[in-house]
Amino acid sequence: MRYAMAVDTKKCVGCSDCVVACQTENDVPIGYCRDWIVEVTDGTYPQLELEHRSERCNHCENSPCVRCCPTGASHYSDGGIVMVTKNKCIGCGACIASCPYDARYTHPKGYVDKCTFCIHRVQKGQQPACVAVCPTKCMYFGDLDDPNSDVSKVIKKRKYKTLIPEAGTKPQLYFLI
Amino acid sequence: MREELIVSGRMNPHIDPQLQIWEWHIPAYLFLGGLAAGILFFAGYFFIKGKSEEYPTAVKLAPIITPVLIVLGLVFLFLDLKHKLYFWRLYTAIKLESPMSWGAWTLMFIMPLSGIWAALNIESLFPKWDWKFDFVKNAIKWLRNYQKPIAWAMMILSVILGIYTGILLSAFNARPLWNTSILGPLFLVSGMSTGAAAIIILSKSKKERHTFAQIDLLLIAIELFLIVHMFMGFRASSQVQIDASEMFLGGDFTAPFWVFVVGLGLVIPAALEVMEMRNKKVPYMVAPALVLMGGLLFRFIMAYAGQMSRWLY
Ligand code: SF4
Ligand code: SF4
Repeated sequence: MRYAMAVDTKKCVGCSDCVVACQTENDVPIGYCRDWIVEVTDGTYPQLELEHRSERCNHCENSPCVRCCPTGASHYSDGGIVMVTKNKCIGCGACIASCPYDARYTHPKGYVDKCTFCIHRVQKGQQPACVAVCPTKCMYFGDLDDPNSDVSKVIKKRKYKTLIPEAGTKPQLYFLI
Repeated sequence: MREELIVSGRMNPHIDPQLQIWEWHIPAYLFLGGLAAGILFFAGYFFIKGKSEEYPTAVKLAPIITPVLIVLGLVFLFLDLKHKLYFWRLYTAIKLESPMSWGAWTLMFIMPLSGIWAALNIESLFPKWDWKFDFVKNAIKWLRNYQKPIAWAMMILSVILGIYTGILLSAFNARPLWNTSILGPLFLVSGMSTGAAAIIILSKSKKERHTFAQIDLLLIAIELFLIVHMFMGFRASSQVQIDASEMFLGGDFTAPFWVFVVGLGLVIPAALEVMEMRNKKVPYMVAPALVLMGGLLFRFIMAYAGQMSRWLY
């Protein structure tokens, strides 16, 4: 099993609904967020191109954050979802420094926190909150090992990119372009 | 033109607008670790060489402060942790891929060794010293039989500790400035140089000071070579590392780095040490004090600048 997510940059309008949905679903402390929207403007007026990306932890297959964690708090869970065990985390910040995407933060309670792909929902067969709530339905989630999953199908059909693949992290967040 | 903005307003504390997860604790911890490593290395080395009487400061006196340095370093590390109650978790796992993990273990082994070394030598430094309890006296007597293996272990562990202070940073591929394998040897040499400086400051024998000034001079030369090498590597590397090096070649860190770390911390003390060797009159404290200051500043600058360097996408 290999969970992954695809985000359609052509459909995303940057409404930030996914950000709010995540904050509500996961009780994210005020002032923090686990996902965010990047708006890219390319070119000079009037030849402009716009891209919207809903970003979060890439649940990398070769995660520097798991590698550098001294206690094993950061680990791979079901389907390669990268998780942090609260009562093993010492809050040393090594994983935060190691993530090229700055996807992690220290929770005010001291442990490190980040996107979980809503593992608690996924294990019940539901979609992650951000995917479920998106008004343009621009996000696809599922198992890459299953050729019939939403994400496998859309990745087969469309062109995509990942973020800084040259960092060697093997990110599992696919941006459809 | 290309502009990338986070439009949903991400402002995670210590992450945005720019990473600032490590403040003064980590560079101070790295400095103390390197300093302790330097001192213990020389203590072990000159003891094994049978030069304890020739270099009493290096073998006996200076190592007495190392348990304090190491404990202080660990206190700083502890202060830096955000989930402090779970500190012990560091010692319920051994993760060889994580420098933070094997570094913490190295400290765990070298701390008692440095304490034992101090205990073995304290009587010869303070003749009136009395351990009070017989079992302590017996234990020390027993340990004295093993002073040579202890010296070997200390020497090897001190090299690991010194290298670790650099590898802790260089293991982060996400921060291009740190991500160079030169950092391990560079921090090791710099730590040994600060160790030699501390010995010079504490020493009362002119001959010993002279020897350590020579050693320090050699270490400074290696350090300068490694620094130049590091920047050559950056310039010939990928865009993110070229950008990282720009911070030191025209960017914000240019003046502090080249003036204070390289100039005042390496070149001037080296010049002073050469002058002293030629028997010119210079106060002997100045060069080692500058070396210590330079070593401390070097770690602060690397820790801060490294967090500013990043991948762009
Ligand atoms: S995006 Fe960052 S936090 Fe997420 S798995 Fe990759 S390295 Fe770890
Ligand atoms: S902050 Fe926590 S999860 Fe991150 S590396 Fe340290 S112990 Fe591991």
